[in-house]
Amino acid sequence: MPDATFLDSTELVLNMGPQHPSTHGVLRVILKLDGERVLGTDCVIGYLHRGVEKIAENRTYAQFNPYVDRMDYVAAVSNGLGYCLAVEKLLNTEAPARAQVVRVILTELNRIASHLLWLGTHALDIGAITPVFYCFREREEALHIFEQYCGARLTTHAFRIGGLQYETYDGFERDVQAFCDMFLAKVDEYEELLTNNRIWVGRLQNVGVLSADECKEYGVTGPVLRAAGVKWDLRKAQPYSGYEKYQFDIPTRQNGDTYDRYIVRMQEMRQSVRILRQAVGNLHEGPIMAKVPKVMKPPVGEAYVSIEAPKGELGYYIVSDGSVQPYRVRVRPPSFVNLQALDRMVRGALIADVVAVIGTLDIVLGEVDR
Amino acid sequence: MADEQRPPDSESQPPKAPEDTAKPVSPKPAVPKAAPPPKPPAIMAAVLWESELARDVKEQFGDRLLAASTYLGQNFLLVKPEAAVPVVEYLKVEADFDYLVDITAVDWPKRAERFDLVYIVYSFARNERVRVKTSIADGFRPATTTGVHLTANWLEREVFDMFGIEFAGHPDLRRILLPEDWQGYPLRKDYPILQQDQRWVQENLGIESGQ
Repeated sequence: MPDATFLDSTELVLNMGPQHPSTHGVLRVILKLDGERVLGTDCVIGYLHRGVEKIAENRTYAQFNPYVDRMDYVAAVSNGLGYCLAVEKLLNTEAPARAQVVRVILTELNRIASHLLWLGTHALDIGAITPVFYCFREREEALHIFEQYCGARLTTHAFRIGGLQYETYDGFERDVQAFCDMFLAKVDEYEELLTNNRIWVGRLQNVGVLSADECKEYGVTGPVLRAAGVKWDLRKAQPYSGYEKYQFDIPTRQNGDTYDRYIVRMQEMRQSVRILRQAVGNLHEGPIMAKVPKVMKPPVGEAYVSIEAPKGELGYYIVSDGSVQPYRVRVRPPSFVNLQALDRMVRGALIADVVAVIGTLDIVLGEVDR
Repeated sequence: MADEQRPPDSESQPPKAPEDTAKPVSPKPAVPKAAPPPKPPAIMAAVLWESELARDVKEQFGDRLLAASTYLGQNFLLVKPEAAVPVVEYLKVEADFDYLVDITAVDWPKRAERFDLVYIVYSFARNERVRVKTSIADGFRPATTTGVHLTANWLEREVFDMFGIEFAGHPDLRRILLPEDWQGYPLRKDYPILQQDQRWVQENLGIESGQ
């Protein structure tokens, strides 16, 4: 932190959080301030640390599957997909075609649900009260499909290693199709409220700028990276679960500010609808579970598998010693890594911008702390 | 995955590559028996990774590069502890591996070099991922990577927090997820799952039993 202060005024150290509505959970940020200007920050995290990686070493591969839902609990389906893919990689197997399509459908629905939660709370932080109700209204529809499919709304445990446990329910395709038909008009509705709103633009533009080079330096991925102009999405770069079969664009923007990240996420939701429509049309009869042994003992070895979660690159590094329990599971959490860039993004900005930047990073503390 | 070419014979057990000797051995070596189902190998069935990049690294680092291997289509370089950061830097500067994905560790308490330190790097230009692995003894202080990748800061702090590996030259080596005065390193294998820092829990949370 710089020793000299602006205007030679007195420095103030302000504690923001851990119980603060705009920190989206239990994040504590110690702010060093000169008046309203931020001189530096220090994040204190770990309030939600549950030792997920330690738990993994004491469970079997299948037993650990539900635990991953509790990391990024607003995108539980994505967490589960990454974990299942990683273990399947170690087992050198692959889910059947039908299971892969169902996985894509649920994961994209989850991406929309996660982005909707981000949009609602982000707008609420900025001072727009209305969008949160709209967003939760549509998010409810997506969660309802999860609930009908597997009985849970948030911590879904939707996938199994090797495929799926449950066949889709009657009317699954109809529900997803109906969601797609309904949803695009709703995105227009949110954009009508926000995109050209003068207060919204004023609060977001040129706030929390992170250039493409800085993103790479900090390992920042996901919409934050794409808003800085890097056209990179793991679904395209290293397709998994059959994503290479779908046509969709990677939305990017150039400025890397909070407003651009907003635009990128809005466009991502539209692209998710595109994928959903293709996936529903692509859903053919077939088996939903690959041949995996009841007692899974992957051969000795290790693998790193990552997916494009709503927040960025979510990776699992799993080491197997040939026994029924993983020897080591490392989760590479996008939120944790992205949060590190907070300091760079808010230095020299105003306190109100800190709130905007925390919102735009779209962190989930359950994943930061694990 | 797009960047990974699965070796054609990945189903069958490939011949033991020389670098296998450096791999962790599971507690029970496979007993040669006439049992019908073939037992999976007790060591990682990695094969030699042949590529231009691996040759370049070999040329640059000589015998400080112990092995270049591939397993399940994923490539990794096994290097001597002092070469880990130079290799990561070389990959960044010379080969465009400009994104440090992750740093983590694996504890093998029965081994002399107790910890595996793993760096995962990715190149946007090549769309390729490489792991750099090194084995270090307990108490060895590996050099920090923060001078090469800024993102290493928190990642190394987490490794320190969970494994007690101190990174020499790290600008801000504090615990990150656990409280600063917590005793013990939870992801070490000799730290049981139910263990807590009872004194810390009693003093800070006022829970008498410490659990």
